[in-house]
Amino acid sequence: MNVSKKEYEVMVKKASPNSRLAANCARAFVVGGAICAFGQMLYAIFGALGASRDMQGMLVAVTLIFLAALVTGLGKYDDLVKFAGAGASVPITGFANAVAAPAIEFKKEGYIMGVGAKMFLIAGPVIVYGTLASMVVGLIYYFVR
Amino acid sequence: MLKRYGGQTVLFTKPVGIMAAASVVGPKEGEGPLGTQFDRVEKDPMFGAESWEKAESEFVKTAADVAVKKSGAVMDDFEYIIAGDLLNQSTGSIFGLRDTKRPYLGIFGACSAMGEGMSLGAMLVDGGFASKVLCLASSHFCSAEKQFRFPLEFGAQRPQTSTWTVTGAAAVALGSIASGPAVMGCTTGKMVDMGVKDAHNMGAAMAGAAADTIAAHFVDTGRSPDYYDAIITGDLGYVGQELLLQLMKKKGHDITHKHRDCGIEIFDKDTQDTHSGGSGCACSGVVFAAHFLEKIKRGDINKVLFVPTGALMSPTSVQQGESIPGIAHGVVIENV
Repeated sequence: MNVSKKEYEVMVKKASPNSRLAANCARAFVVGGAICAFGQMLYAIFGALGASRDMQGMLVAVTLIFLAALVTGLGKYDDLVKFAGAGASVPITGFANAVAAPAIEFKKEGYIMGVGAKMFLIAGPVIVYGTLASMVVGLIYYFVR
Repeated sequence: MLKRYGGQTVLFTKPVGIMAAASVVGPKEGEGPLGTQFDRVEKDPMFGAESWEKAESEFVKTAADVAVKKSGAVMDDFEYIIAGDLLNQSTGSIFGLRDTKRPYLGIFGACSAMGEGMSLGAMLVDGGFASKVLCLASSHFCSAEKQFRFPLEFGAQRPQTSTWTVTGAAAVALGSIASGPAVMGCTTGKMVDMGVKDAHNMGAAMAGAAADTIAAHFVDTGRSPDYYDAIITGDLGYVGQELLLQLMKKKGHDITHKHRDCGIEIFDKDTQDTHSGGSGCACSGVVFAAHFLEKIKRGDINKVLFVPTGALMSPTSVQQGESIPGIAHGVVIENV
């Protein structure tokens, strides 16, 4: 091969089209904002129905998770993320999708080694490092306070 | 007489006939530009099975049945079946061919499986070890996503350099024919590692191998691109094609007007959202069987260098930071 790996890297970079950054950001902003606004609307509705402040937050989370899992089951959430990117994967609905999708996919391998073992295939790292990060923040808070 | 030419090529003294070929694809491929040319378009990507893996096996089984039927022979006439796919332990091929009760050779060459299978099959026939060999290659978008990337319903954006795994299976029946397309020889590819680590840019990972094999073929045989009516790669896609053409020019061959890529032919990137093109073992197989082989039969093109390409990687190798070696196997097909 008369092209070095370094030279080839430059050729590949030139030949590879970039992601559409501006369009992706705009879509993420609109859809992510819409999901959050919807959450805020639910928050107000639960408040009007007489839920306490603590209860309101929990009910919003539960409702959004339920809806995202349902939409995942209907096969539409991946289309939404394809359109909106981080706008649909960063909110709590994206987390629900990350748990529901492997649960559906690996059901074929049974409820123990399939659903049970693989359900947190994608969400697992988020939980592990989310817990770790909260511990670190907690420690800092304890000493700095 | 030694049939070996140069470092990587064999040329047969007697052409090995392509008795028949079959292509069975999924719905998305059926909606593509070649939709009407496939033997069968299955509307249900699950193919009536319970899982993506079982569905892929159904595609394999159906392609085998169609090819055998078109060849005018019966399954028991085939002395060998050679098959390859992308799934762990060749799940697609094995369970699709389990009931054939024929001597089976399972191969892995990633998406180059059709080229590897046809090369080995033609050598078996030319060597006098078999009179009929059935070669198969398969892939399934959903089983490939599940194994190599994410569960199907998990939301993620695909980079523009990524390719779309073709759902389907192809089968080529090799044996003797009176006239028509035949395998004249093959150039077996070396693994070529260009240092690409991006599993979403497999065209770039494979272009070096394709260029290496095509150039080796010219060196070994003393031929030039002018000898061929078309040089057809497997699944380089738009990114890989651009890189291949550049690499070939650096090697002193301009194949711009001869080059076709099955991954580019199978989907319409503007309407089907497939980004850089199609990929998977089935990609080169079904496009060759349904499209290019028919063109050769009609005499539109007569001499073809068919070069299925593969990216030799696994999720584990990528996660462990390995770069992706490419491979490409050249098969010479001519009208006799």
